[in-house]
Amino acid sequence: MNNSTAFINALENEAIYIFREVAAQFEKPVLLFSGGKDSITLVRIAQKAFWPAKIPFPLMHIDTGHNFPETIEFRDRLVEELGLELIVRNVQDSIDQGKVKEESGKYSSRNSLQTTTLLDAIEEFKFDACIGGARRDEEKARAKERIFSVRDDFGQWDERNQRPELFDMLNGEIELGQNVRVFPISNWTELDVWSFIEKEGIEIPSIYFAHKRKVFLRDGLIWSHSDYVFQEDDEEVLERMVRFRTVGDMSCTAAVFSEAADIESVVQEIRDSTISERGARIDDKRSEAAMEKRKQQGYF
Amino acid sequence: MEVLKIATAGSVDDGKSTLIGRLLYDTKSLTTDKLEAIEKTSKRNGYDYLDFSLATDGLVAEREQGITIDVAHIYFSTATKSYIIADTPGHVEYTRNMVTGASTSQAAIILIDARKGVIEQTNRHFFINNLLRIKEVVVAINKMDLVDFSEERYKEIKTDFEQLMAKRDYLGQKITFIPVSALKGDNVVNKSENTPWYKGETLLEHLERLDLAAVSNVGTPRFPVQYVIRPKTEDFHDFRGFAGKVYGGELSVGDAVIALPSQTKSKIKEIYFYDKKYQTAARRSSVTITLEDEINISRGDMLVKVGDLPTVEKQFTATISWMDSENLTPGKKYVVQHGVNKVLAKVDHIHHKINPDYSGIDTEVQSLGMNDIAQVRFKLNKPIFYDRFKKHRTNGSFILIDTQSNSTVGAGFIQ
Repeated sequence: MNNSTAFINALENEAIYIFREVAAQFEKPVLLFSGGKDSITLVRIAQKAFWPAKIPFPLMHIDTGHNFPETIEFRDRLVEELGLELIVRNVQDSIDQGKVKEESGKYSSRNSLQTTTLLDAIEEFKFDACIGGARRDEEKARAKERIFSVRDDFGQWDERNQRPELFDMLNGEIELGQNVRVFPISNWTELDVWSFIEKEGIEIPSIYFAHKRKVFLRDGLIWSHSDYVFQEDDEEVLERMVRFRTVGDMSCTAAVFSEAADIESVVQEIRDSTISERGARIDDKRSEAAMEKRKQQGYF
Repeated sequence: MEVLKIATAGSVDDGKSTLIGRLLYDTKSLTTDKLEAIEKTSKRNGYDYLDFSLATDGLVAEREQGITIDVAHIYFSTATKSYIIADTPGHVEYTRNMVTGASTSQAAIILIDARKGVIEQTNRHFFINNLLRIKEVVVAINKMDLVDFSEERYKEIKTDFEQLMAKRDYLGQKITFIPVSALKGDNVVNKSENTPWYKGETLLEHLERLDLAAVSNVGTPRFPVQYVIRPKTEDFHDFRGFAGKVYGGELSVGDAVIALPSQTKSKIKEIYFYDKKYQTAARRSSVTITLEDEINISRGDMLVKVGDLPTVEKQFTATISWMDSENLTPGKKYVVQHGVNKVLAKVDHIHHKINPDYSGIDTEVQSLGMNDIAQVRFKLNKPIFYDRFKKHRTNGSFILIDTQSNSTVGAGFIQ
């Protein structure tokens, strides 16, 4: 590729710039990795930012214990192939220690319990920057999020008192005990992420592609039939071709009917879609301000 | 895909959020679930129309008060471009948000309520967009439906605005007037039948036609070093790569460069993007550069072309936009973050405060409060390598950081 100009898409250049700022401005950064497409995208950008050196920080997964087995298998393989360090902290441990209580009932999920486990892990390792794959187009409260978002000693987000971000200058100055949440793909849309995955030929967990799965229908959403998901007796188990557009754990992620079995068809499907990505997130349906509330408490 | 970032400015109730909602709706960027939520809430609030502002106002307090209190980012794309709209609030007290939104944008939309015409707020919105040297400005004269789509009214407002234009500092700014009704959809995406007298483009047609290369502020290449990559592996034992973003122009292999502050000369040996070598690094690309000679360079240093040096100085005067509730006073020390470089700075003198409304009134002041704009002279503890903001939008700007609270408290544009 000699004799050519490095002209790469503006979003990719911006994300690489952000990664390098994190490595330069912080002492103990960590990349929060869920095994979803956004965090997989982050890993690829981080590789690009520091090549030929290795990614200069570890990955951390806050495991609810209710993940899709395909995601966990994928996570472990990726980490091994790239020779990265992976830290796993379990929500189950926070429950066993009595720090959080398992939700009960039909809509119970461990999704919001992750916050406590995450904040404990940040304290345990003294992380000062946690890099995440949240995007502003996902949700209205996230549209107001900064690229460097300062959290106080309690991990809380003060949305009324955020630092202005001018030009591409990122201010990572913090007090001891505070940390910064960093969002390198803030300005990417869902379609941008998928196009990037296609362009780069990045491998992603199989659940993003159409497959046959046992599901049941509730509130107009397609739920996975699984030990981790409460199911009423009259909620009939069906076997259907589905795929996941967003991957949280099994109790908070709904599937979509789809025949898109490869990346080209997935990109086409997203292009034609009339439903938003988080339309399939059960955790956001709780109320219009669901995400804002969780973020104030320290959630991603 | 090309990305165009647009800042919006308008006063309370000028219909800014409605305009953005309309752009989303008419480009079919609003998904069914979002649209359903808007329909539901509009009905609950007793409206007989769709309240598109609900698509953008994200925080609970904003929905309760029906106002926008923070910069929100909205995304949509067409076949030709990806758009990022920075929705910035229009209150007088939120100058800081407008400056922030405009700092990362290549284009701006200023909204005017056709019933009210050019008001003091419009002056401020235009002043700030001009101060930040936004190349493309669209003046959207909104709520045309409430003035019976009157051509006469449109012309009146245009003439008033042109009087403002005569006072502007940055003459390279291109200004386009479009009569719209965001609520009804006239001339936003689709041409209106109500304005047969208007022969120009709709708002979206205009944005679609903008040439991104032409709206960018091109200057001379500056390469601030962000991070030094030293893998120390067997394969890359002696690799010493300087990672950073190229601003203002291009850099190519073989270019004779000079490193600042050491003033050491060398030549560009290789340009990498990830694991591939390139001949040229384009403007705003995040690359890794190696040099022919082994010279000592660290974060905050800058590579520039020989014969094309920036100013290297321990003091400067800048236009400051103050963003903190605590006042800026002479003698106080702040951290100046200039790109990736940080130095300690002392406020030497406040020349005068500027009324950001083209009134031409400068006031002698002893301190600056939130949302003030002023000329301030700073002294630094070590030199920085800068260009005037007029010559180089990136290398001529900086932020001020409070040494106690660590907050970003101001933005500066070097004179």
